[in-house]
Amino acid sequence: MAIISYNKPLKNNYYLLKIAGKYQARIGQFFMLKKNCQEMFLSRPMSVYDLEDDGITFLYCVTGKGTAVLAKCRIGDEITINGPYGNGFPTDISGNLALVGGGTGIAPLFYTLKSLQDNPKINKIDVFLGLQKKNVFESDFQKLSHYLEINYGGYITDYIPYQEYNIIFSCGPEIMMRKIEENARNYNIKHYLSLEKRMACGVGACLVCSCQTKNGNARVCKDGPVFLGKDIFYE
Amino acid sequence: MNNPLQLPFLNFLLKNPLFMASGTFGFGREYAGLYDIEKLGGIVSKGLTLQPRTGNTGIRVWETASGMMNSVGLENPGIEQFIQKELPYMKSLNLVHVINISGSSLNDYISACEKISLEKVDIIELNISCPNIKENNIPFGIKENTTREVVKETRKVITCPLMVKLSPDADDVVRIAQACQEEGADAVSLINTVRSLAIDVRQKRNVFENTYAGLSGPCIKPIALRMVHEVSHNISIPVMGIGGIISAHDVLEFLMAGAQAVQIGTANFINPYIGEKILKDLYNYLEMNSISNIKEIIGII
Repeated sequence: MAIISYNKPLKNNYYLLKIAGKYQARIGQFFMLKKNCQEMFLSRPMSVYDLEDDGITFLYCVTGKGTAVLAKCRIGDEITINGPYGNGFPTDISGNLALVGGGTGIAPLFYTLKSLQDNPKINKIDVFLGLQKKNVFESDFQKLSHYLEINYGGYITDYIPYQEYNIIFSCGPEIMMRKIEENARNYNIKHYLSLEKRMACGVGACLVCSCQTKNGNARVCKDGPVFLGKDIFYE
Repeated sequence: MNNPLQLPFLNFLLKNPLFMASGTFGFGREYAGLYDIEKLGGIVSKGLTLQPRTGNTGIRVWETASGMMNSVGLENPGIEQFIQKELPYMKSLNLVHVINISGSSLNDYISACEKISLEKVDIIELNISCPNIKENNIPFGIKENTTREVVKETRKVITCPLMVKLSPDADDVVRIAQACQEEGADAVSLINTVRSLAIDVRQKRNVFENTYAGLSGPCIKPIALRMVHEVSHNISIPVMGIGGIISAHDVLEFLMAGAQAVQIGTANFINPYIGEKILKDLYNYLEMNSISNIKEIIGII
C-alpha cells in the first residue's frame, strides 16, 4: 500500500497522480496501479511520467472505468502499486534523438527526456507532441527539450524533420507510430515505440496483452512495452 | 519440524494445498522473480496443445464486478517447444508440477498426452472445456459421452496421475465427475472459467471476437464452492478446488467443502504475491485455532 501525495486534475480530463515513496524505474517502464474498491478489480498499467526523491508521478486521461476510479482518488488515499515492469526504452544510445508522443502516449516521454538530459553521447533531444487541445503539462517539456513542437488537433507526424534524427522514441496512437515507422525506414532511423494494451497480470503470465511481431507473439507487459518499430505488425 | 500445512494428494506429499492455476502463472518463471515459489504446494502449467497456438485476436480481457473475463484462446508454444524450453525448469522446481493439456480433437488430446507422458511429469491436468471441432464446437466436458471418450482414450496413454479439470458449464457436473472416475481419472479439479458474455453497448457489439469468454474471480466463488461440495460428496477420487480464491479464508472454505487441495488463479493478477500471503494467513489460522494439521478440516461440511 502506498499513499497518494496528490491527484491534480489538469485540462481535458487529464490528471497528474503522485504517489509518495522511493521508487526506481528505467525509462519507458510501467507500474500496475489499483485502488481497492468494488469498481476496480484489475490493476491498470501506467508508465512513469516523472520520478523524484519523494515519489512517482503518473499522467493519465480518464477514458474508462479504471481511470474514472483513479480520478476520484484524493490526497492521503491508499493505492496499490506494483512494479516497475517491462523492458523500457534503450539507454545506450547516441546522436540526435526525437521523442514523439500523441495523447496520453506522451506520459513516458517526460521521464525519458529528464533521464537522458545529461547523457553525453546524445547531441540533442527534440520533442514532438500531438494533442487534441491545449493542456498544462506542455511547459514541463518546454523546460527540458532542445526543441519542442506541439500540434493541436492535427498530425504531429507531419511536423517532424526526420532527416535530423538517427533515433526516435514514440508512444501514442497506432496510426502515429506507423507513420513514424514509414519515415524511419526511409531515413534509416532506429525507431523504438511503446505499446499500450489491456493487461491483467503485468508480469508476463496471463497472455492477455499479446501482440504480433515479426518474431511471433510477444507479451507487451514483459517483452515490451518497448519494441523496435520495424518488428511490429501494424493493424 | 512439523509442518501443519503438509498433506497428501494422490501419491504426493504436498508442502501445502496451494497450487497456482493454469494460465495464471505461466510456467512459473515470471513469479519466481517476485518471491520464492517453491514455498507453494505446486503449480499448473499454462494450457498446452499439440501444435503451437497464437491465440485469439481482439480484446482478450475484460473487467467485471469482482471478476474478469478472458479470451486468450490457449496461446501456447505447443508440446514440443514446451518440453524443450519450459519443462526442464518446471521439473527443477521443488514442488509438484502439473501439466495442463488441451485439444480440439480426440486425436490431438491423445498425441499430446502421449508426448508429455514420455517426460515423466508429476500430474497431467486434462482441460476438457475446449471446443470439440467434431461436435459443433461443443466443449468435450459439457456432455457425458464426449467426456467419457476423451478420459478413456487419454487414460490409455497417460502413465502418471490424471486429473480432469471440469467445466461449470457441464450438463450435470456431478455426473461428469462420476464419468471421469469411472473412466480411470485419478482426481478432478473444478471449476474452470464460466462461459459468459460482455456487450459494448456504445458500439452495439460483443466485446470479444469469439462472443463468449471465460469468467473468473471472486464472483464465481460461491458457485465453485457449491460444485466442489456436490462433486466431492459423490465421488471417491480427490478433488482440487478452483474458483475465485483470493484469501486464506476462501481456501479454508474449499477444503471444508471437500477439496483436498486448491488452485489460485485470477488472484495472482490482483496481487502477484498472493501465494505467499495466503500461506502465511493459513499458518496463522491453524495456530490461532489450535489445529495441528490442515487435513482435519477437509470435507467437514
